[in-house]
Amino acid sequence: MHGLVNRALQGFVVTTYGRETWDEVRSQAGLPFTDFEAMLQYEDVYTLQAFDAASRVLHKHPNVLLEDIGTYLVTDAELEPLRRLLRFGGNTFLDFLHSLEELAERGRIAMPDLELPIMLLEEEDQSSFRLRARWSMPGIGPILLGGLRAMADDYGALAFLHLSGIEGQDECLHIQLLDTKHSAGRRFDLGGTPA
Amino acid sequence: MTGLPSALSQVIGLSGGALDTLMPMHIWVDDHGRVVQAGPTILKMARRDVRPGERLFDLIDIRRPARIANMQDLLRQAGGKLTLVLRSAPDLPLRGSATGLQGGAGAILNLSLGLSFARAVAEFGLTLNDFSPCDQTVELLYLHEANQSAARLSRRLTERLESARRAAEEQALTDTLTGLSNRRAMDLELARALGEPNEDFGILHLDLDFFKQVNDTHGHAAGDHVLGHVASVLKGELRRADMAARVGGDEFVLLIRDCNDTERLSSIAERLIQRIELPTSFDGKRCQISASVGISMTAAYDDHPSADRLLNDADVALYAAKNAGRGRLMVHGAIPPGTRPDRRQTDVA
Repeated sequence: MHGLVNRALQGFVVTTYGRETWDEVRSQAGLPFTDFEAMLQYEDVYTLQAFDAASRVLHKHPNVLLEDIGTYLVTDAELEPLRRLLRFGGNTFLDFLHSLEELAERGRIAMPDLELPIMLLEEEDQSSFRLRARWSMPGIGPILLGGLRAMADDYGALAFLHLSGIEGQDECLHIQLLDTKHSAGRRFDLGGTPA
Repeated sequence: MTGLPSALSQVIGLSGGALDTLMPMHIWVDDHGRVVQAGPTILKMARRDVRPGERLFDLIDIRRPARIANMQDLLRQAGGKLTLVLRSAPDLPLRGSATGLQGGAGAILNLSLGLSFARAVAEFGLTLNDFSPCDQTVELLYLHEANQSAARLSRRLTERLESARRAAEEQALTDTLTGLSNRRAMDLELARALGEPNEDFGILHLDLDFFKQVNDTHGHAAGDHVLGHVASVLKGELRRADMAARVGGDEFVLLIRDCNDTERLSSIAERLIQRIELPTSFDGKRCQISASVGISMTAAYDDHPSADRLLNDADVALYAAKNAGRGRLMVHGAIPPGTRPDRRQTDVA
């Protein structure tokens, strides 16, 4: 798994719970290094072991941990460059939802060896959607749940999201868009300098 | 901003509003070079009202091709690439292309941000809405930011690797040129040997003679070859428990374990000198050097000597050996030459 994905797990643990907690996770996972490097590739087994250890150390259900990581990716101040890249997806939350189908391609533009989930947005009616996501590892559903809730806030949209099962290799999410202009949301200047 | 919409819709079946949507960066001019309408992104970038009827060349300045000052010049370039600026932003070059319309409807000039797109988007405060979905400028911006982030991550990785390499070098115990131990390794080994209560050992401080001449005459590669020769002599002569370290350019320190006998240390030193003196050849050139050796030994002290004192005393003995001529050995505290004849203090040169 790409270092950026592993780094997201480590970043979440370090930022939220501190360095000592990460050291405990790392030690329980039996990782033979102190830090994941964002620009290196790792065997999947390290990712899985680190995740299991984090779930145990933090006493969090795996789905809750995944969802928290998704929220962290969008809201953490240090990850502002990532939030900006996501906001390139569209001018409104609805545009953004539609842009998710392009996300894997966008990721490849940014980093050719980064494998992002392949997503398909099915429109049930004007304001409800079903998002199917397929990734090389289980757990993309809850990550997206946290990430998309945070993105809805970011755009100032009011949306109701929940997991809606697994179909074959796809993890599914249901999205009910209640109000696209619920609040001001967070500012995004296209020409703003990345943090 | 619609001056002659009927003419345009007659010619190409487009309303001015449709033109705004398809080409938010267009300028439509009549046959006399007067602006009919300008797209919303152009209006944003002009930073002022653009009045219908105002002269095109008051709004823009075409830089390339040179000398395009009227409509005839412009239409001669129809379909070709134009480099131009808005007079409101003379330092942001834009790209453009013009095409003439039939039936006296004038011409349409469509623009895009050039390579200065990132600067332009920031300076004019443009948003995703200011670009046509077909315009790749937003993707370029995305790529631009993504690249910056990736480059930052790569730079951090390189810096971390670099500092890890430096840390590893500081902790290294081997002299890379000769494969012998280095000074750090010798200091650690000395401390370890001095820490063992019943351990007697000797120190040989060995300094090459005529090494500089080899370097100066035959070059550094020959010098490196000679150092390799010395290293193999030292490795060949020492037992597994002993240690040889290169501690300077042509300086070596040897730790001879389990030894309280100056005779034995002297004979080791003598053998080393003899073997080092054997000429070697490098690139067809004959290289011959010698070595001087100063010796100290823990058993020679009443109290337990420190590492510094042992090394220092070996160094004093080495200095005396050098002074007595080259290719000699000297034991610290031994009777100086002249008072006692000793074959070992005979000049070998």
